[in-house]
Amino acid sequence: MKKYSFVIDVAKCENCNNCFLSCKDEHCGNDWPGYSLSQPLHGQRWMNISRKERGQFPLIDVAYLPKPCMHCDDAPCISAAKNSAVYKRPDGIVLIDPEKAKGQKAIAGACPYGAIWWNEEAQVVQKCTFCAHLLDKGWKVPRCVQVCPTGALSILHLEEEALAALVASERMETLASERMPTQPRVYYKNLHRFNSCIIAGSVATGEEGATECVVGATVRLLKDGKTFSEQESDDFGDFKFDGLPEKSGSYALEVVFAGKSARMEIGKLLKSSSVGTLWIEHVAK
Amino acid sequence: MKLSVDGFLTRYERASNLLFQLMLYAMLLVIRAKRMLMPSFRLRLMEKDLTAQIKIRGDSYGRAYIFKNGKVSSVTGVAANPDVGIVFTSSAIAVRLMLSSRDYLRQINAMKNFQVDVEGKDECAVWFMQTLNKLLTLSEAPQFGMPVDEETTRYVNNTNGGPVFVYVKKGKIIRITPVEFDDTDGKSWTIHARGKSFTPPRKGTVSPYVLGLKSMIYSKDRLLYPMKRIDFDPDGARNCQNRGISGYEQISWDRALDIVAAEIKRVKREHGPGAIMNGSGSHHTWGNIGYWLSAKTRFMNTIGSSHVVHNPDSWEGWYWGAMHHWGNSIRNGATDTYGTVEDCLKEAEMIVFWSSDPESTSGVYGAFEGTVRRQWAKSLGIKMVHIDPYYNHTAALLGGKWIAPRPDTGNSMSLAIAYVWIKEDLYDKNYVANLTVGFEKWRDYILGQVDDIPKTPEWQEGETNVPARVVRALARQWGSRKTYLSPGGLAGFGGACRCATGIEWARSMVCLMAMQGLGKPGVNMGCLQQGAPVDTNFYFPGYAEGGLSGDLDYTGLRVSMYQRMPQLPSMNSVSQMIPRLRIPEAILNQSCEGYPTDPKSIEGQFKKITYPAPGHSPARMYYKYGGSHFGTMADSNRFARAYRSDNLEFVVNQSIWFEGEAKFADVILPACTNFERWDIGETANSGGYSHHQFIQWNHRVITMQHKCIEPLGESRSDYQIFLDLAERLGMGALFSEGMTELEWCQRLFNASDLPTVVSWRAFLKKGYYVVPAPREENRAPVSYRWFAEGKKKNVPELTPLPSDYTDEWRKGLQTQSGKLEFESSSLKRFAPDDPERPPISTFIPSWEGHHNTELYAKYPLNLISPHPRYSFHTMFDGKDCVINDVKDHRVLIDGYYYWIVRINVDDARKRHISNNSLVRLFNDRGEVICAAHITDRLPPGTMQSPEGSAIYDPIGEPGESPDRGGCINVLTPSRNIIKKSHSTASNSCLVQVELWEEGVAQ
Repeated sequence: MKKYSFVIDVAKCENCNNCFLSCKDEHCGNDWPGYSLSQPLHGQRWMNISRKERGQFPLIDVAYLPKPCMHCDDAPCISAAKNSAVYKRPDGIVLIDPEKAKGQKAIAGACPYGAIWWNEEAQVVQKCTFCAHLLDKGWKVPRCVQVCPTGALSILHLEEEALAALVASERMETLASERMPTQPRVYYKNLHRFNSCIIAGSVATGEEGATECVVGATVRLLKDGKTFSEQESDDFGDFKFDGLPEKSGSYALEVVFAGKSARMEIGKLLKSSSVGTLWIEHVAK
Repeated sequence: MKLSVDGFLTRYERASNLLFQLMLYAMLLVIRAKRMLMPSFRLRLMEKDLTAQIKIRGDSYGRAYIFKNGKVSSVTGVAANPDVGIVFTSSAIAVRLMLSSRDYLRQINAMKNFQVDVEGKDECAVWFMQTLNKLLTLSEAPQFGMPVDEETTRYVNNTNGGPVFVYVKKGKIIRITPVEFDDTDGKSWTIHARGKSFTPPRKGTVSPYVLGLKSMIYSKDRLLYPMKRIDFDPDGARNCQNRGISGYEQISWDRALDIVAAEIKRVKREHGPGAIMNGSGSHHTWGNIGYWLSAKTRFMNTIGSSHVVHNPDSWEGWYWGAMHHWGNSIRNGATDTYGTVEDCLKEAEMIVFWSSDPESTSGVYGAFEGTVRRQWAKSLGIKMVHIDPYYNHTAALLGGKWIAPRPDTGNSMSLAIAYVWIKEDLYDKNYVANLTVGFEKWRDYILGQVDDIPKTPEWQEGETNVPARVVRALARQWGSRKTYLSPGGLAGFGGACRCATGIEWARSMVCLMAMQGLGKPGVNMGCLQQGAPVDTNFYFPGYAEGGLSGDLDYTGLRVSMYQRMPQLPSMNSVSQMIPRLRIPEAILNQSCEGYPTDPKSIEGQFKKITYPAPGHSPARMYYKYGGSHFGTMADSNRFARAYRSDNLEFVVNQSIWFEGEAKFADVILPACTNFERWDIGETANSGGYSHHQFIQWNHRVITMQHKCIEPLGESRSDYQIFLDLAERLGMGALFSEGMTELEWCQRLFNASDLPTVVSWRAFLKKGYYVVPAPREENRAPVSYRWFAEGKKKNVPELTPLPSDYTDEWRKGLQTQSGKLEFESSSLKRFAPDDPERPPISTFIPSWEGHHNTELYAKYPLNLISPHPRYSFHTMFDGKDCVINDVKDHRVLIDGYYYWIVRINVDDARKRHISNNSLVRLFNDRGEVICAAHITDRLPPGTMQSPEGSAIYDPIGEPGESPDRGGCINVLTPSRNIIKKSHSTASNSCLVQVELWEEGVAQ
């Protein structure tokens, strides 16, 4: 049987919030009997977008992480609910029965992703429904996917084997939960843009007051004394090493250009680091 | 009375007489038949009891129709005192007009020559004329909207951020989505570039705020009935000083309209022409009929009012500066961008985004249509550079080099780039020699031969803080690669053009491209935001073409629409003009001056405005319509102070929401949204000063803007409010031409090219039409390619006007030389010695920047306030809508949604400010309370907070106390960029910031 999953490409998300807002449009003020009660006008974020800046001025990048309900295959909210108030449909979508879930605030606490919200007025827990009420009526995609202008959000509707093959070939990842493995059905591309570190800097040279960007210098990232990665400085003499896990070791930089070199110690990588400019001695043309 | 048929009449006249009598009798039968068959018509007849008469002048023949209790009877002859009478000069004319009632040119000509006239009570005349119009169709109004299920209908409407489907269930909007095209809709285009093929998705995109619309339509801040300030008595104490302070009480529509109509008459009687001032925002709810340049303009012309001249606020530096180097006056000095999507994808090697963030500003009305095109460019390996003090969303999405100059210093970097090109031979000498004039002067200035300051990259580093080597590297790449330059998200916009150095910056943008050979393959203006290969030969009007305004002075009506949609001219008799940025001075000092926004010619901007105009009254009554200047106009506390002046005897505000300036009115008239009334309009088609604006869109989408739901509460459409007032002024028939909004929509439909491709009924039903992409040979040519190749102008625009060509028609540019002018001939003619705007672009330090040492010591932070990303100026902010919940728009702290200011990490640390701290931004002009976002997206010393707050919420006396709503323009200077202009320098704004102690104490 085919099942639904979300695919979210972090590199393509520009924080336009169309997903967040279309969700509000669909669910605020509208009850969808059998699926969900209306979402309060303010407060809940069924699609919750976080921002991550990496590096320091002037060499930075910024990424956004949209987080809906993960529609986990091993969903803690299902176990936490009484009277099967939360259930998984055969198509993979996790739904909360608004009637049965009345008063069960504990369901929200069970979610390791913070994706379930408490509606004080209706005394009910609520979350992303994958717009199941629309898919069941023939819509091809949920509202958030329909309005995404960059292709950052999409869905898959595949047999499990086909999904597994695609996840492997596209190197998609799920968001690790802090408490337990839950087998989320939301797959991320380019997650490193959000959850890994960069080391960025510039290479320059100069004499007598005139400075130049050094284009095409060999820049080596050394980890614990050994070459870990290597790249060439770009048109502006800039370089950026990406995908480095936090606290993954002690780093240093080495730059070589036309026989001259420079070196910089970075030390333990606690967060993304823009190291500024590595100056190498002037080389006569 | 007997018909005076006698032997002197020709056979033709006798036949006409007979036919006229028959037609008048037949009309009675038609009215009765429709009453029997059509419930809506039956209801209409219940609305009024009156006697209407149609007759021949001289009373030779007539017939009266007596409407009573929903029934109609009729008698021949001429009634003594009908409530309304339609009078023809002869039966022949009557017959001709009655048989061609859809021939508006004939009808209008007959009205202008008084071959037909209307007498009697105005509201009866309007009603009777609208009723007669309904006789033209025999069936009920055609069905509209597409059924979704038994309870739900899908309608269509349009917005600043794209066309939409509107799902309505039981009279309530449940959902608003983008428009997805079906197989029958017009086909899309394909561009083949570098071995790849690119076709846009078969749907429209929408801007974020469009998806918040439902929450705005049903907002608790909607004005649902007319209101009067409680301490305002038109016949007694007016208490003007309490505007913005005292509360409101509900009044009836009759009472509200009576007060406003009486005040219009009173100020005209007591003060004379000019005493009424009308002002609106630059934008309005979408549609050609209800737009401010349509219904409002027609009404304001009809009553005679001082015209508030809008400064070209999105263009500033382009209008006052760039125009003098390349013309393009009709586009306020910005560029045309035809064919540039295809040219850029095929040829360009680099795009320089300079003060350009189309992912945030969507050009204008462009939604996310350009996004996919920029993604294509990225996939082709086209390099990208982003010059902006803020690491904007376009840079964040696309990557590339970010260069962050100190705000308000852009021209020093431009000059340094030119310096490198000159020194290193990196420009097109042949092009410069043949197609430009005055280069030597500019070159000598740049090299330092005029002022002993060579404009080197090192020199600019002192201004911009950008390392010299980075500018040198940029200049070398730019000078050796085919490069597109996008100054502004829409080429010819950009925050850099709205600051003290903005005019000089925009001028240099043109000069830099002149050095690189503007128009050569891959060398042009833009960033793929404009220039899609859609059909530019298919005609549908944009909103600036004036709709039903009847205005030939301040709209584009005279170009195409006046011929296509003949209408009674309205033509304001009051020639007094008030520069918009000087409204407060016009009220408080009753004196001001400025220069006009007149795009007809380059010299249009030289004609100085003085206020009051000779023989005119200063403004005494303010008819404010839509929008809120607090969030958009500089030093906006001035507006609050002006409102509280006794010089302003009466203020009426026609608004949808209770916000901003509405809270300073004496009487508030509640208008409905465009989802509650009829309109018609094409997405992103503004016409006029942004000719062919729709080429930002991947498809041309022309929409019937369905009346999706009934107006909420007692709110009424703008057209209806103006008509209600016009009737009280005896101008209802004149204002409406006896037509309803839907009939005007149909009249506009008929004036466009739509009837050649779709029937009115089919268009009304489906609600939109997608203009098919043209065959490749019919795509518009690339802008300036003709110029670069020494040919005649071949892009599809009528401008410059024929007289503005120096050589032959279509040969050369609008400039005096017909060439790109490094040294401007128009400025040499107008004010060659103006130190603020010399004939060549030079470095002139900002009057509110780091050179201003005393002020800079006191207020050491440059605040930039770009156009907002999640609202359209004030239009989609506040209103208790869901946009407020966007994390990057406002922040909810202790139950209040605060506007956001972005502060550099180091600046924040020094001031003990952390994320979501409440902070006080202040300078000598005012104070604004914001929530802080700490970021590395800005250089130290620079803060960013967009304009556009709809909420003005002074915590004490209005105009004198801190604003908690987030109107950043409370802080910006009201000074013109240069004296000889009417311009805003909102990005020249020095401030200080600190933790807001009162907020912390709370």
